[in-house]
Amino acid sequence: MLASVISISIGAILINNFIFSKFLGCCPFLGCSTKVDTAVGMGIAVTFVMGLASAICYVVDGLLRNLGLEYMNTLAFILVIAVLVQLVEMFLKKSIPSLYNALGIYLPLITTNCAVLGVVLLNVQYKYNFIESVTYGITGGLGFMLAIVLFASVRERVQFAEYPESFEGFPIALVTAGLLALAFMGFSGMKLG
Amino acid sequence: MENILYAILVLGVMGAVFGAVLAFAAKVFHVEQDPRIAEVRSALAGANCGGCGFPGCDAYAQAVVLEGAAPNLCSPGGSKSAEKICEIMCLDNSAEAKYVAFVPCSGSSEKAKKLFEYEGPADCLAAMRFGNKGPKLCQFSCIGLGNCVNACMFGAMNIVNGVAEVDREKCVACMACAEACPKGIIKKVPYEQKVLVGCRSTDKGAAKRKVCDASCIACMKCQRECPHEAIVVENNIAVIDYDKCTGCGTCAKVCPRSIIHPQKIYVQD
Repeated sequence: MLASVISISIGAILINNFIFSKFLGCCPFLGCSTKVDTAVGMGIAVTFVMGLASAICYVVDGLLRNLGLEYMNTLAFILVIAVLVQLVEMFLKKSIPSLYNALGIYLPLITTNCAVLGVVLLNVQYKYNFIESVTYGITGGLGFMLAIVLFASVRERVQFAEYPESFEGFPIALVTAGLLALAFMGFSGMKLG
Repeated sequence: MENILYAILVLGVMGAVFGAVLAFAAKVFHVEQDPRIAEVRSALAGANCGGCGFPGCDAYAQAVVLEGAAPNLCSPGGSKSAEKICEIMCLDNSAEAKYVAFVPCSGSSEKAKKLFEYEGPADCLAAMRFGNKGPKLCQFSCIGLGNCVNACMFGAMNIVNGVAEVDREKCVACMACAEACPKGIIKKVPYEQKVLVGCRSTDKGAAKRKVCDASCIACMKCQRECPHEAIVVENNIAVIDYDKCTGCGTCAKVCPRSIIHPQKIYVQD
């Protein structure tokens, strides 16, 4: 059990990073990565929602499976994620307003983050049990956070670098993202145990 | 058939349960907030474009009410939104210092010497492609093709005689014009400032005399004559210290080039 949890964790964070090798969640990765602070906030929020969504969707999937409706799981998962994000938003607004303000618009946008839907669908595809699902959800989120924080810190530096004027703004960000993805390619094909 | 019914039923029940949970949570986690936030929010265009610099309309509405953000930042809503927000918010803070945009260039078509006649599309950026400074010889000159006029959402910019002019009564100092100006010459000045220098070229006086008849030639006359030491010639250009200036207008009278312009100010009672 422990071995599988560890191998899932390292796999989700480094080897099969959601952004760099599965290309899920690229939209917030590019959108909320201009400052390290917001990137960290986004990473934490996504990790939280991915972990919780994995847990609840595991239960929902079991329910649908019993009723022979597993083909409806994508639809049901979207519903769960939307409700979850709304709940998290309400909860944060009431109890931790400072974090709520720091996350701002990124919080409701997690609803449309494909990494969240991706992780719950992959949980089904890989036939993970409850603990493995939650582990995969949380560590997948941590992998997302690692990627977006690394990317944001590089972008903060790139602002002061000299590059051709035509690369100003988004193009240089995409080049940066590509180089980072190449660096993460170094982990590909690694096997544990 | 049974399958479809089943699916509809299960997902319908799920949706209903989740809806109930959310409704319940909304009650439990309800947060009291300033009712004006909702009013301001409804006055905005609601495009969530982020053009105001805040993440979304809700955040902007909140910033207007709680942090006193400027009421004129909503581009899609334009002047209508700004007026509505002012009605909701500004009634009590109209006494705040007012600023307006100012184009520090007096090089009208007759006064500024030209390098060539430009007949391309009416766009300052397009004209800038030629010689990197447009048709007028002075590199600090207003090109006068109206990029700022197009950028202004309040109808406060006009091109008069080949130079952009600000309608001080309509201007809300959002500085959209300054961003649109490829030469970046438009400045923000206090509305109450009575005299303004209509030139910003930092070239040498003699060089400026050659390229434009309405240029500051750094003759220092204003600096010498100002009774309040409020105007100084720095980098070949007269600069007014708005804190020291009393608006007596001496500089405007002595300027041999007549480029220090007295401004019309309507004082509200």
